[in-house]
Amino acid sequence: MPDTLLFALEASLNGLTAGVMYALVALGFVLIFKASGIFNFAQGVMALFAALTLVGFQSGQIPFSHLINAMFGTRLHHFGWNMPTMLAIPATVLVMIALAILVERFILKHLVNQEPIILFMATIGLAYFLEGVGDIMWGAEVKALDVGLPKGMSSAVDEATFNWFGYGFYIDRLEIWAAGIAAVLVAVLTVFSQYTKQGRALRAVADDHQAALSVGISLRFIWVLTWSIAGIVALVAGIMWGSKSGVQFSLSLIALKALPVLILGGFTSIPGAIVGGLIIGVGEKLFDFFMNPIIGGATENWFAYMLALVFLLFRPQGLFGERIIERV
Amino acid sequence: MSGQGGTMLDTNSDAGFMTADGRKIGGVAMEMRNITLRFGGVVAIKDISFDIRWGEIRAIIGPNGAGKSSMLNVISGFYHPQEGEVIYKGYKRPRMRPYQVAQQGIARTFQNIALFEGMSVLDNIMTGRLHHMKANMFQQAIWWGRAAREEAENRAQVEKIIDFLEIQHIRKTPVSRLPYGLKKRVELARALAAEPAILLLDEPMAGMNVEEKEDMCRFILDVNDEFGTTTVLIEHDMGVVMDLSDRVVVMDYGKKIGDGTPEEVRNNQEVINAYLGVAHD
Repeated sequence: MPDTLLFALEASLNGLTAGVMYALVALGFVLIFKASGIFNFAQGVMALFAALTLVGFQSGQIPFSHLINAMFGTRLHHFGWNMPTMLAIPATVLVMIALAILVERFILKHLVNQEPIILFMATIGLAYFLEGVGDIMWGAEVKALDVGLPKGMSSAVDEATFNWFGYGFYIDRLEIWAAGIAAVLVAVLTVFSQYTKQGRALRAVADDHQAALSVGISLRFIWVLTWSIAGIVALVAGIMWGSKSGVQFSLSLIALKALPVLILGGFTSIPGAIVGGLIIGVGEKLFDFFMNPIIGGATENWFAYMLALVFLLFRPQGLFGERIIERV
Repeated sequence: MSGQGGTMLDTNSDAGFMTADGRKIGGVAMEMRNITLRFGGVVAIKDISFDIRWGEIRAIIGPNGAGKSSMLNVISGFYHPQEGEVIYKGYKRPRMRPYQVAQQGIARTFQNIALFEGMSVLDNIMTGRLHHMKANMFQQAIWWGRAAREEAENRAQVEKIIDFLEIQHIRKTPVSRLPYGLKKRVELARALAAEPAILLLDEPMAGMNVEEKEDMCRFILDVNDEFGTTTVLIEHDMGVVMDLSDRVVVMDYGKKIGDGTPEEVRNNQEVINAYLGVAHD
């Protein structure tokens, strides 16, 4: 096999695993969009907040310690113990559920029957608020996150490919794990939304509020449920991205990468988010691989958005989105 | 389900009676007492009282804007009257949200059809059975034991209703693709799936052609016959109302102007005036 093809293949595989990470973030958007018609701008910040909280719990950090120190002249910073990961993750899940309840209580409840754009604006506010709270609560410095997922080159892939092609592929083990976890997550969510009582109620609320009420569904419960699930998906995305590149503010910006993924996959489709993520991941790696020598580097920064623009021109509902039919 | 709290109130309930065609009408299921509903300065319903008996088909009729739909919305908890009370199964009903009223066994359809357009006919009807499913979230999430069994049981129940309303052929079709008449029928199916104690139908035949109307009439009568479902319906088509219902409430400008059997209502001078118009001095 010629070398170029091998390198391209390796780039594609890396693209696939990177795509899974994009898809994870996009998934959180799709969930909330499907259930409440809200484009949740705060999804990226929720991933950041979840990761910050997890690291905080793990390292036994005292929440709001900077604020307390500034007010009372104390010098608190840590409790002095480390929480095991197996305990810290459920604790963070509880925090995300509490966040969902607060969002329903203080934002959604007051905006029932409002235009989607108003709800969207509210989530922008939420994003900034949550970012600030995250900073005050846990501090703004870059933190390392380690939940015990393996990292570094996968020697199994390296060996196998070396034996086949005479050239070992470099694939990060973390990304293989991320792909597996994302697959499980998507399978569970799909079964949940298609075949269970709450899943059906969730889809019903997304479709028609009035009709949902008439069959005995509590809108508030469903909203809390949706935001809790989105919070948990944000936590998973936060863990993956945090393990990969540290927990830092820029984590909230990966939400922007989810936008082209959503435009490709369609805002209402869970499989769409996955496929969209994979296409973007592979696309940007391959584009970079072939075009880099010609136009210079850094194509990864803009390729996704260009692809999204092309889709907006020719297929605005995305690959899997519901068709937009407007009657005039 | 009768956990409404409060004290038992006298609803003058009696043993009921037999209709001419041999159906048994029971005691009072629900009583509206002096209901007044205002929107700002507009009085939509003015001091109206009437009752609904178990097993009967009760119609609410009246010209446009008479307050019929508002009345149905009061019964189903979508509107809360400023004055008056709703007595259900002998207890005064506290202020409730619509979903709580639905959980008490009051199912409804809407004038402008409120189906879940993106879901299949089957899924739409299955939502009607949501509060018959008792498995908890955890069982649901892992799809184990009780959750899987319940899904199968409820599915069987839904299939019965699908057969009954003759919509087998569109079972898997997304609702958004159905014609208007069939949508109305699916909405009825969803309401029936809840096995309601009281079924509220808001203009079930509006916008239908003659054939569809005949079908719908037959279904409403069959449902009442077969399951003994207490039905409250709003309808414009006089012929239909007079044929279907056991008793009729007539409203005009938010007031009750007649109440009784179709025959009594037909001969009521006030009702005739409201419908045919009368010269005012």
